[in-house]
Amino acid sequence: MINKRPTIRDHSAEANLFARRAFVGFVFVTLLIGLLLSNAYKLQVTEHDTYKTRSNDNRIKVIPVAPNRGLIYDRNGVLLAENRPVYNLEVIPEQVDDIAKRLAEVGALLNISVEDQENFLKNIRRKQRFKSRVIKARLNEQEVALFSVNQHKFPGFNIEARLARYYPYGETLTHALGYVAKLNKKELTALELAGEAKNYRATHDIGKLGIEKFYEKELHGIVGSQRVEVNNRGRVIRTLSVDAPAPGQDLVLTLDIGLQQVAKKALEGMRGAIVVMDPKDGGILALYSNPSYDPNLFVHGISGKDYRALLNPDRPLINRTTQGRYAPASTVKPHLAILGLEEGAIKEDTRIWDPGFFQLPNVEHKWRDWQRWGHGHVDVYKAIEESCDTFYYHIGNEMGITKISNFMNKFGFGDLSGIDIHEETSAILPTVAWKKDRFKENWWTGDTISVAIGQGYWTATPMQIANAVTIMVNKGEHYQPHLVQVKKQFDEITPMYTEERPPIVLKNHDHWRVALEAMHNTVTKVTGTAHKAFKGADYDPAGKTGTAQIVSIAQGEKYDAEKLDERHRDNAIYTGFAPYNDPRVVVTVVVENQGGGSKIAAPIARQLMDYYFTANPLKQGAN
Amino acid sequence: MVLGHKRTLWQKIHLDVPLLLALVCMMFGSLAIVYSASGQNMDMMLRHSVRMGGAVIALLVFAQVPPITLKRLVIPLYLVGLAMLVAVFFFGITINGAKRWLNLGVTNFQPSEVMKLAVPMMVAWYISQHRMPPKFINLFIGFILLCVPTFLIKEQPDLGTSLLIASSGIFVLFLAGLSWRLIGGALLLMVPAVFAFWHYGMRAYQKQRVMTLLDPESDPLGAGYHIIQSKIAIGSGGVEGKGWLHGTQSQLEFLPERHTDFIFSVLSEEFGLMGVVLLLSVYLFIIGRGLLIAVRAQDAFSKLLAGALTLTFFVYVFVNIGMVSGLLPVVGVPLPLISYGGTSMVTLMAGFGIIMSIATDKRMLLKS
Repeated sequence: MINKRPTIRDHSAEANLFARRAFVGFVFVTLLIGLLLSNAYKLQVTEHDTYKTRSNDNRIKVIPVAPNRGLIYDRNGVLLAENRPVYNLEVIPEQVDDIAKRLAEVGALLNISVEDQENFLKNIRRKQRFKSRVIKARLNEQEVALFSVNQHKFPGFNIEARLARYYPYGETLTHALGYVAKLNKKELTALELAGEAKNYRATHDIGKLGIEKFYEKELHGIVGSQRVEVNNRGRVIRTLSVDAPAPGQDLVLTLDIGLQQVAKKALEGMRGAIVVMDPKDGGILALYSNPSYDPNLFVHGISGKDYRALLNPDRPLINRTTQGRYAPASTVKPHLAILGLEEGAIKEDTRIWDPGFFQLPNVEHKWRDWQRWGHGHVDVYKAIEESCDTFYYHIGNEMGITKISNFMNKFGFGDLSGIDIHEETSAILPTVAWKKDRFKENWWTGDTISVAIGQGYWTATPMQIANAVTIMVNKGEHYQPHLVQVKKQFDEITPMYTEERPPIVLKNHDHWRVALEAMHNTVTKVTGTAHKAFKGADYDPAGKTGTAQIVSIAQGEKYDAEKLDERHRDNAIYTGFAPYNDPRVVVTVVVENQGGGSKIAAPIARQLMDYYFTANPLKQGAN
Repeated sequence: MVLGHKRTLWQKIHLDVPLLLALVCMMFGSLAIVYSASGQNMDMMLRHSVRMGGAVIALLVFAQVPPITLKRLVIPLYLVGLAMLVAVFFFGITINGAKRWLNLGVTNFQPSEVMKLAVPMMVAWYISQHRMPPKFINLFIGFILLCVPTFLIKEQPDLGTSLLIASSGIFVLFLAGLSWRLIGGALLLMVPAVFAFWHYGMRAYQKQRVMTLLDPESDPLGAGYHIIQSKIAIGSGGVEGKGWLHGTQSQLEFLPERHTDFIFSVLSEEFGLMGVVLLLSVYLFIIGRGLLIAVRAQDAFSKLLAGALTLTFFVYVFVNIGMVSGLLPVVGVPLPLISYGGTSMVTLMAGFGIIMSIATDKRMLLKS
């Protein structure tokens, strides 16, 4: 049937029919091309602006640029905290198909332990997958080269070069400087609340401790940005424009790195704290707590092993200068002497008989003097020079706890010193109310007797002891202790902490002289407790020793260091200044469980003063 | 042969000069755009040039085959093509989940390419055997002739090609004078059919896919990504374009498939509305010329074949541009004559060869 030809066909009619149909086809084609054209017109003319913007949004990314963190110098311009380039292996989890597999491959290439790999995988599950994460920090040159050659196998993995904090003096300055480490979620939330999060878009690290934390705002700087053209994989093709970040401000500290190193060396093998202060303005010349640790460990994320090692009984993480609570012991005797004089409990020439102990009326208990046989007749000078306890038992008993607390509080005991680091405790200056609150017990007169020699419930930080002596040295003038001298940006220098606190005004200004003279005698007189330690010094020192009991010695028993557990041995304290006539330096030393202040602490103070006056010699005739 | 009608050199070698000029223009345009779209990849340029050479040879060869010879080849070609499609069904090679290729030892071969020519030829030959407008029974048989290969290709699956092949056959029926009443009736039937299919024939995920195609912004990083990036490329080109090699969407690789299916977006981005107008003008010219040749053709077979091939060519153009500019769902169809591409370009040029052969047919010359 297919091959059967039609008998009659009107070829011209068929041709006309075909021509009509072809024409209809052409009209349709023209209409549809018109439709395509009008659609192109709509996209390219009517909606051009929208698509142009979207096209630019595609290709132009604004990348935040982290500001360089301000540098930190000591008072002589020695660099204490700097920024060094480091190469980190980073990954954007979102861009990796099988992160566990790729991580294992990279791990094999660059020696990343299985434990670290697992930790990393655990962490990224919780965090934003679009953000770059450090897998291995501080690659060495060989590792950088090794990875670069194989980079094409690891899309999403990159080596990022950036500046990271480095502390060239390591553990010498940890407790003062603190350190920076990776910004965590909690800090990010806090920054968001403070409206600062935008400024940290490119920042990896934030101050976690010490000056780095306290001055985070000054040190950080202002984020900049870079407009770049990227391809569809986010790879930067070229930079279009740069809005440079403003670097953080540099800080110049009052610290003297040389003195700081002497302090570190002097405390080697011991637990203790040293505060050296400039009495003229409250600037801290040295602030050292032993044992210390290397802050650089924290900058790149401390390993679990290293961190556990820091959690030992010697507690290196504690800043003993401001967080250590020690009984101030005899170092507060000059202050209490002034209180006695001011309140009329004693006069400059009052003499008390010291049989070697003190007893309250109708009480069996004997409060012993450190010298079992007593000091004989004691006046206010001798009581300080020889550190007679009995004399102060009398004063304390007569004053009562409230007067003692109120007066000692003026010297900063029981309060934060306000030093420019956050790691600080106010320790305890006991009061009746405090004891009631703390122990639900009444205050006993016996409690006051212990407080009168700086023991009992009374604790203080080395910073508070240093500060209290500085106030005395300044005859009531009061400066806030501080570590930062000036902040610098370019050539603009802003001094910090020039503020003076309200001075302590005595009823009789001459009482300052009595206490200071007695402290001078402590060093100059042969019977003085610090005489031996400062024999032959080129300068004219003055000071006060202290020996704080850790456990109470039973009635009638003698203190014998050898018999006691090491942790229960006495703490040694010394606080002193020089030169006597025009004090330029106040040194406070606390050493844990090593014995008496004159034997242990005073010689360390001597080393510091020797160094200080060698480095800053006295002018001829100034002394 | 009538005296005085001296054949020109072009007629002797069976080439239609206006059509050839338009095609050559397109090919040079294609080289320029592929150069840009490939990211100035010289290897790709070389392969593209070689394929173009092959396509031109196919055109020259098919132009030499007179329609009378073609008629004789219709049935064997159609049957061989059908046999190969069945062979694909059983022994085909599966690539990317689709069974479209036959392994011929030397190379993989796609039988559906043969059917792109064989189906319109077969339907045109069958319909031309009968009086026009065709009777219902002839229409029905013609319809079966086009449906069988369409179904086989759809099952590969290759929806795009099967639709193109179906349309080439339907164009033959249309040009042959398919009654308007039947056309209207078919269109009316489509409405409830689509409605029923949507409600009963499709799974939820398939509906979701269609919805995404209708509104790409609802899934900007997934299925909608291609079409959004393509529209951004076209729209951001504006009137004058960003300039050759300066299209950011294409050069920075935001555009997917930029040297193949989405090459129109590259052209629109770099040459703007002006480039689009020029491209569509040349297409319109080619189609106009093809239809003119069809109208002037001597016999029914030549008319129907030239007309159907020309209109099918337009379907390529419309589907591709409609797809990349967001008018039609995404179907893998290259932009004819421009896209970097494989065998489809050779088939296309072979089709133009047939049209040229019809244009320069002796009997046709006699008539004019």
